[in-house]
Amino acid sequence: MLAHVVESDAQLVARCRAGDEDAWRELVERFSRYVYAISVQAYRMSESDAEDVFQEVFARAYVNLPKLRNDAAIRPWLAQMTRRLCLDTIRAGAREQPDELPEPGGADDAIARLDEALFVHDALATLPDNCREILDRFFARDESYRNIGDALDIPPGTIASRISRCLVKLKTELEDEGRKPVSAESGG
Amino acid sequence: MRYYDEETLAGLLRTLPAPPQAWVEAAQEIPLARKGLDDIVERAREDQVFRAALIADLETALEGAGYETNPALAEAVRARLSL
Repeated sequence: MLAHVVESDAQLVARCRAGDEDAWRELVERFSRYVYAISVQAYRMSESDAEDVFQEVFARAYVNLPKLRNDAAIRPWLAQMTRRLCLDTIRAGAREQPDELPEPGGADDAIARLDEALFVHDALATLPDNCREILDRFFARDESYRNIGDALDIPPGTIASRISRCLVKLKTELEDEGRKPVSAESGG
Repeated sequence: MRYYDEETLAGLLRTLPAPPQAWVEAAQEIPLARKGLDDIVERAREDQVFRAALIADLETALEGAGYETNPALAEAVRARLSL
């Protein structure tokens, strides 16, 4: 199976700007986990609040995309927007229930880890379909060997070894390409 | 360049779980929703009867005109038309 050539963030944003609706769908797909993870992991938001933040981030991103100065900076731009909306939601909740004000002090560390996770996830997207699918199902979707075996039509007894081989491929991809995580500078 | 061992990679892959698919699909449909919004606003500016109906009962007027309403769309129409 062929490995995938993944379009850069800047190329994807450029297509969105040009009004390509497929590009928008892909942009949402690419960053949905990141935006979600910032709200539920860095800011410990409830699912309900996280959903509101999630929809608002993408609604604002769609409207304000033409104002983004550097297309390659879409990720830090989305991160910054998500942080602001999470903090607004937390402050609004604190006004109603002051005792429940969470401590978002560890958010910077959590987001740094999410940046690194997204970087690895981007590398995952370049792997062949079989590896990408099995790693995503096992690690990110927390599916059992049985479910993975059924979905991918492979014997459950071979899944552990396939996961191990695919992790090695992912490691090689990260090392061979000399990939470098992007710093979190602001883009908007 | 940073070198990763398999355990670290596994941990980082676990760090980005997928959000509910319905959230992703709703966000992917934003351009379509915005397009509907533009249509409604343009029609309300040209058609005073439709505009009056929106002012009287926005959700009912939208449904009557064949638009699938939701709170976000209704709020956006109110904002765009200063209702």
